[in-house]
Amino acid sequence: MKIFDLPGGVHPAYRKEQSSELAIRPLPLPKRLYIPLQQHVGALSVPIVAVGDTVAKGQVLCVRQGSFSATQHAPTSGRIAAIESFVAPHASGLAQDTIVIESDGQDAWGELPAPIADPFSVDPAEIIERVAISGIVGLGGAIFPAAIKLNMGQQYKLDTLLINGAECEPYLTCDDRLMREYAAEVIDGARLMARALGARRIIVAVEENKPQAIASLKAAAQAHEEIRVTGVPIRYPVGYAQHLTKMVTGRETPAEHRNAEVGVVTHNVATARAVHQAVRFGRPLISRIVTVTGGAIRQAANLDVLIGTPVSDLVEFCGGFSETPKQLVLGGPMMGQPLPDLAVPIVKGSAGILAMSAAELVESRERPCIRCGSCVDVCPCGLSPMEMAAFIRKDKLDAADKIFVGDCIGCGSCSWVCPSYIPLVQYFNYANGVLGDQARQRRKNDRVKTLSEAHAVRAEQAEKARQAARAGKTAAAAPQSTNEVQA
Amino acid sequence: MLTAVMILAGMGLLMGGLLGFASQRLAVEENPVEVEIQAMLPGSQCGQCGYVGCGQAAAALARGEATVTLCPPGGKALAEALAKKLGIEADLSDHEEKGPEYAFIRADLCYGCTRCIPECNVDAIIGATKQMHDVIAELCHGCAKCVEVCPTVAIEMRPVPTTVTSWHWPKPEPLAAAH
Ligand code: SF4
Ligand code: SF4
Repeated sequence: MKIFDLPGGVHPAYRKEQSSELAIRPLPLPKRLYIPLQQHVGALSVPIVAVGDTVAKGQVLCVRQGSFSATQHAPTSGRIAAIESFVAPHASGLAQDTIVIESDGQDAWGELPAPIADPFSVDPAEIIERVAISGIVGLGGAIFPAAIKLNMGQQYKLDTLLINGAECEPYLTCDDRLMREYAAEVIDGARLMARALGARRIIVAVEENKPQAIASLKAAAQAHEEIRVTGVPIRYPVGYAQHLTKMVTGRETPAEHRNAEVGVVTHNVATARAVHQAVRFGRPLISRIVTVTGGAIRQAANLDVLIGTPVSDLVEFCGGFSETPKQLVLGGPMMGQPLPDLAVPIVKGSAGILAMSAAELVESRERPCIRCGSCVDVCPCGLSPMEMAAFIRKDKLDAADKIFVGDCIGCGSCSWVCPSYIPLVQYFNYANGVLGDQARQRRKNDRVKTLSEAHAVRAEQAEKARQAARAGKTAAAAPQSTNEVQA
Repeated sequence: MLTAVMILAGMGLLMGGLLGFASQRLAVEENPVEVEIQAMLPGSQCGQCGYVGCGQAAAALARGEATVTLCPPGGKALAEALAKKLGIEADLSDHEEKGPEYAFIRADLCYGCTRCIPECNVDAIIGATKQMHDVIAELCHGCAKCVEVCPTVAIEMRPVPTTVTSWHWPKPEPLAAAH
């Protein structure tokens, strides 16, 4: 298979060997689970359970609000102990509405939707609906409602489903293990998704540093000639959907456009497996594989974890810390977020817990930019990080916007390569946050304008009607008085 | 000599005529600066600036009678843009940005008098006579007009909270010795 080359990218130390040979183990049932209402991009889900209710494993806790949202299910059986504000697994450390389940220790399944008996002959809409009610979101980190992406066959002419098994983030091995151990489920899920999309070919792309995963997938895909399993060069960030698409198909997605516009839809390998479980067994998404690793963790692991399990349970299971971690990260070291607290729960988008030791972190004293241009060379999006950062530093966000800061995918390659340790990607995250706020404010202003204009028109009409009525009354009253005079 | 005088006189007449024609044909009824300023203002007619609406505020700004910081919903960004447009220096260093607010009706104090409803120019208040009223927070643009008319002081302005979805990264700290 032809692999197209891409500009940019970096080769950070991958450090995957600490966990890559550790088979997935289930984490013992936690006592309490914390299920945030928002674990996906899109509208908040709405709780349909109340405090004190008993719930079965797999029962719906909150329903999605519109299609751009995701349903949440009970990861185990137990009692709803609270619906309260609880610290979110998010860099902000802010709290968010969370359902707390006290596990009853039975882990007893409730009634589940029946398996779809022959999914390759039913209406594709049935598969999509099943994915939607099963609360499946993109597990590669994008946490985008999967059903929406599966619906894109309606809008675009698609020919390729690209299954993303690149896992180019350093340290993380959860997808690697999943591909090795559940290859058949991944392949089946991929075929179900291709059916839903109406895509006739499937490409599974895996970074070349995972030969066992490639071998297992190839074996599982052997019987299906529409599937190609291919290795892609080892270089961060090849796993970014648009880049992977370009690499394996040669098709370039314009910035701010969807992959689907060039006929390709990408899904992560873990998402494919979740679809397999939902369609074949009626099981909702209530667990995921999480890599726990880093120099400060006593025993690294790949764990099968129920959604809502506190991070502290995982750390404890791994024997705690061997030294005080210099930094705790949720996700990988390149795109992950600082972990605000060990109490936060694992959510659908959590791929890893990283406890970095002091030795693993480069001591980075920021210095002025020497205009070496390294950041420009590595940016996979063809941007000029040094110029954008210079503008943002001077609060010239408009100027940064003009040179496309909005196209930055936040991969962190520029920060990683910068010899002056300038926190480039932080500038871009900040700028895009502010620009996003401004855009939202503009939209709100427009709406307020429309509404207030409509209101003014209505108020004027009401006033006219009132005047007319008053005039009518006077007119009606007038003859009467004449009559009186006459009388 | 005569020719020169005639030419000059002719030119004067011609140009005067042209100017007169232009001033009549190309007459602008509104002050163009005012129109541009009005387009920059939010247009929600909230009246927080003390003028009846955004049009009057724009006129006052164009006449130089109002300060560029007059519009709370516009915030610092608008103040800066206005200063630039009007070509004036505005010291915004200690301009305190009031974050967005929304109106909240306290259930224990509202007795359903409906007086606040017509005040809201985006129809964000729902409620009926003798029933608790509520504000649709997403629609509210924070003008606080409803607060003034409530006889039981049941309405208060609350800051729009930062949530996990609206939060974004702060600006990195500047380099300590950036010279
Ligand atoms: S890599 Fe760092 S020092 Fe080099 S040009 Fe970019 S910002 Fe400047
Ligand atoms: S973080 Fe943004 S600017 Fe930096 S290399 Fe990645 S895409 Fe380019």
